[in-house]
Amino acid sequence: MGMTMTEKILARGAGRDSVRPGDLVLAKVDFAMGHDLTIPPAGKIMREQMGAEKIWDPERVAVTQDHFQPAKDAASATLGRLTREFSQQMGIKWYFEVGQGGICHTVLPENGLVLPGELVVGADSHSCTYGALNNFATGIGSTDLACVLALGELWFRVPETLKFVYHNRLREWVEAKDLILYVIGQIGVDGARSKAMEHTGEALRHIDMEARLTMTNMAIEAGAKNGIMEFDEVTKAYLDPRAKRAYQPVTSDPDADYEKVFEFDAAKVELGVAKPMSPDNYAPLSEVAGTRLDQVFIGSCTNSRITDLRRAAAVLEGHKVAPGVRLIITPSSHQVAIQAEKEGLIGTFLAAGAAWTTATCGACLGGHMGVLGDGEVCLSTTNRNFPGRMGHPKAMVYLSNPAVAAASAVTGVISHPSEVLKQMPAEIR
Amino acid sequence: MTLPKVLRGRAWKFGDNIDTDQIIPAKYAIYSLDEKELGKHAMEGVPGRETWASQVGQGDIMVGGSNFGCGSSREIAPVAIRGAGISLVVADSFARIFFRNAINMGYPILQSPQASEAIEDGDELEVDLEQGIIRNFTKGDEYRSDSFPPFMNELLRMGGLVPWVRKQLEERRRTAATRG
Repeated sequence: MGMTMTEKILARGAGRDSVRPGDLVLAKVDFAMGHDLTIPPAGKIMREQMGAEKIWDPERVAVTQDHFQPAKDAASATLGRLTREFSQQMGIKWYFEVGQGGICHTVLPENGLVLPGELVVGADSHSCTYGALNNFATGIGSTDLACVLALGELWFRVPETLKFVYHNRLREWVEAKDLILYVIGQIGVDGARSKAMEHTGEALRHIDMEARLTMTNMAIEAGAKNGIMEFDEVTKAYLDPRAKRAYQPVTSDPDADYEKVFEFDAAKVELGVAKPMSPDNYAPLSEVAGTRLDQVFIGSCTNSRITDLRRAAAVLEGHKVAPGVRLIITPSSHQVAIQAEKEGLIGTFLAAGAAWTTATCGACLGGHMGVLGDGEVCLSTTNRNFPGRMGHPKAMVYLSNPAVAAASAVTGVISHPSEVLKQMPAEIR
Repeated sequence: MTLPKVLRGRAWKFGDNIDTDQIIPAKYAIYSLDEKELGKHAMEGVPGRETWASQVGQGDIMVGGSNFGCGSSREIAPVAIRGAGISLVVADSFARIFFRNAINMGYPILQSPQASEAIEDGDELEVDLEQGIIRNFTKGDEYRSDSFPPFMNELLRMGGLVPWVRKQLEERRRTAATRG
């Protein structure tokens, strides 16, 4: 019996010829990530409880100051300081200071730190994002991270793999975000619980790398352990100028065993949203069009890379944010911000009346710079809209793609982007 | 730290897909290193349970539905529940990172669809951790829980991943010293 990509990576990490779903393995980790909320507890556990003095490999760890940084209050400043001190004391090579990094799940791929065939862990649930680059990547806790930092190894249960095949191509206006929201709507927030989501098919070949990252980013919203994609020319072109190490892509065997295969016609997927209060509460855009908004947020590890900002800017160009609505735009990394500045996107945002912030997780997790109040309604390009995610438990959050978010900021109600922009320019589609 | 064999307490019942933002809203992540403070805010994000933490008795038992603890990877979710005084979480099923975090902390959790369905808020429970049996004194019922793979049981018996890593580090040091 052949193996899936996920099984092959875990087998290699465990030093075994093969593994099967359900096996518990101890596997070597190729790269690990922590941030300002997870490094302080992990560092404390590693040093004070586990008794480790140094980390297993300072060149294979990245640390970002992204969740509550720049510090939103004194307590966050302490977490930032503990994160900074630990990184310095351990000699962590890939430490990203405020103003130089941004959100971990954008920073690691854009710096070529997470590569095909690798076993990657991050102390953050959206670490599954990296799997679009043909690796096994999963979110772990702080004690897990302490174990990895001390030993370079961690225990894993080999997951069953679910295969998602996307036929044909996405239609005009429809983005990878709409596709993944649709899929999660179909299978539910526990539809892939503890399993691997392997995405494949014709539609993916026409989806660029950043949009692919949007899809694997949301694997966790279906409860999955990881999301993973094949290596192709798009992956190679993205990695060629970036990869920091040599890498070995991995493919699933033709006779690999899948627990279930889902097939979708990508051409039939419509623009859509996740309605409050769960990422699987999918609805076609037409069903919620006209919903009045208090805030629009374009940000997060899901949908605030340069391609996302280009589409948002194309929609906003020459328009103003509707009275009574606030639009907050948070680039997902410092590099994205630099590029947005070069391309003149920031000027477009500011002229439209948007608030442009530094790169941070910020409002996505109800941290700062866009926290919602009681009963407020927000359209957000983020990943999660459980009660209280962005602030008050009674705030209502809808999830969408960036073009829909930008158009809705202009009209003040949830809107199709074609109401504001006749056609998305082909080169940024 | 070893686990007690038998736990007794009142059941606190919660529904399906209780996510980590409800268990401990992200704003309390600033208290990441303070279990007692986190405990005061446990389950505050669950509509109608804003003051839940102040009602919990030491040793009480939490009963959740399916996909308990979905959402973020924050380990402060099980830490907050423990900090509130809960001795054990029983659920129909757990989201994977919550599950990992609890096992790694050496914090007992049991998966039992039968118990999750039958138990009601306020029921008096007794749980035999070694046998994986949950007794409901209020209803006169008894439920079995799913068994864990041996390595997870070993971690729970040892008190979590910390003592396991300590052991691994000691072995590595010994090997290095012998070679040296």
